[in-house]
Amino acid sequence: MGILHLVNRSPRESLALIQCLERVGGGDAVLLLESGVYATLKSALLAPRLAESMRTVTVYALAADLAARGIGPEEILAGVKLVDYEGFVNLSILHTPILSWN
Amino acid sequence: MKNFLFVMRDPPYQGSSIRESLDMMMTVAAFDQSVKVLFLDDGVFLLKPGQCPHNSSLRPTAPLFAALEMYDVEGLWAEQESLTERGLDSSELIVPVRSLRRTEIAFFLATADIVVSC
Amino acid sequence: MKFAIQINSAPWESQGGDTAYQFSRAALKLGHEIVRIFFYYEGAYHGLRWMAPPDDEKPLLQRWSALAAEQGVDLVICISAAHRRGLLEQTEATRMGKLDNDLAAGFRIAGLGLWVDACLKADRFLVFGA
Repeated sequence: MGILHLVNRSPRESLALIQCLERVGGGDAVLLLESGVYATLKSALLAPRLAESMRTVTVYALAADLAARGIGPEEILAGVKLVDYEGFVNLSILHTPILSWN
Repeated sequence: MKNFLFVMRDPPYQGSSIRESLDMMMTVAAFDQSVKVLFLDDGVFLLKPGQCPHNSSLRPTAPLFAALEMYDVEGLWAEQESLTERGLDSSELIVPVRSLRRTEIAFFLATADIVVSC
Repeated sequence: MKFAIQINSAPWESQGGDTAYQFSRAALKLGHEIVRIFFYYEGAYHGLRWMAPPDDEKPLLQRWSALAAEQGVDLVICISAAHRRGLLEQTEATRMGKLDNDLAAGFRIAGLGLWVDACLKADRFLVFGA
C-alpha cells in the first residue's frame, strides 16, 4: 500500500493540498484533518481537483474535525471517506511512510 | 538501518528554525542511519545563492547546509519544477543538489521509512 | 504496532497537539504502543508548567500529564528546543543559575538521540502541528 499524506490546512489558506496532490502516487491515501477538512466542501476552491485525484488516490477526512466545523454530510464532495481517530490510526498502519503537508 | 527523509518546504527566515531542522538531520546521521533531504516548493529558496541577512537576528543558511556535508548526509535533492518555477538553476545553488522531476517524487517518497516534515 | 510521534506546534498555535493527543488515545485503545511523544520546535511549550488558561481550558493541558501517568507514555521535550524557548527542568535550571522548574508533570527533557531512538524502535512515525 502507498503513502499516507496528512493535509491540515484549508485550500484558501495554504497551498498545502494542491502541492500534495501534485506529488501523490497511485495507491496513496490523503487524509484531510484540522483545517484541511474545508477542502471536502463541494463548494471548495479545489473541489474539482480533489474529485479528479480520487481516480488515483483515496481521500479521507477526519469526522471529528468536520463536525467541529459544522460541515454536514450533505455538503461534502462525493467519494470522500470519513474516518474517526481509530480509523486514522488504522490508516497509518496500512500506509507507510506518513508525510505531513503543512 | 532506516531511511530518513527530511522534507523542506518553507523558505528561510520563516516557520520552523532551520537550525533545529538541521540538528535533526545531523543527529540521525550520527546514528549511522540513511539521511536524505528533499527541497520542495518554497523550500528551494533555502538554496538560493547570495543570501545576505541584513541583521544579526537572521542567521545565514549557507554555512548550515555546508556543515551537512561533514555529517555523512547522503544526499540533497530538489524538485526540478520547484526550482524552475522560482527562477533557480540547479547548478547554481549554495550546495550541490541532485534534481528530481515532479513525476519522480512519489516514488522517491515511498523509499523512505521515516519522513520528517521540517 | 509501535508509534513514534512528533509534535511541532505550541498548544494554541494550531490544533496539532490536540490531534496528536486524540490519535495517541485511539492507538492505545486499539492495543498499540506509543514508544515516545517527542515535542520539538514550538511543541516544547506543551510541557510548560506555568500556563494558566481559563479554568475550563486547564484540562487540555493536564491531559498530557494524565496520559503519562495512566498509560506510561514517555513525553519528551527536546532539550535544545526547550532551552531556546526558555523552558528549563530542575537540574538544568539550577546548573544555569536560574530558579525555575518549568516542566509540567509527566514530561522530561532529553536530547534528539531519544527522538532517533523512538524512530528506530517504532513501526510508524507521524508529525503533528504546522
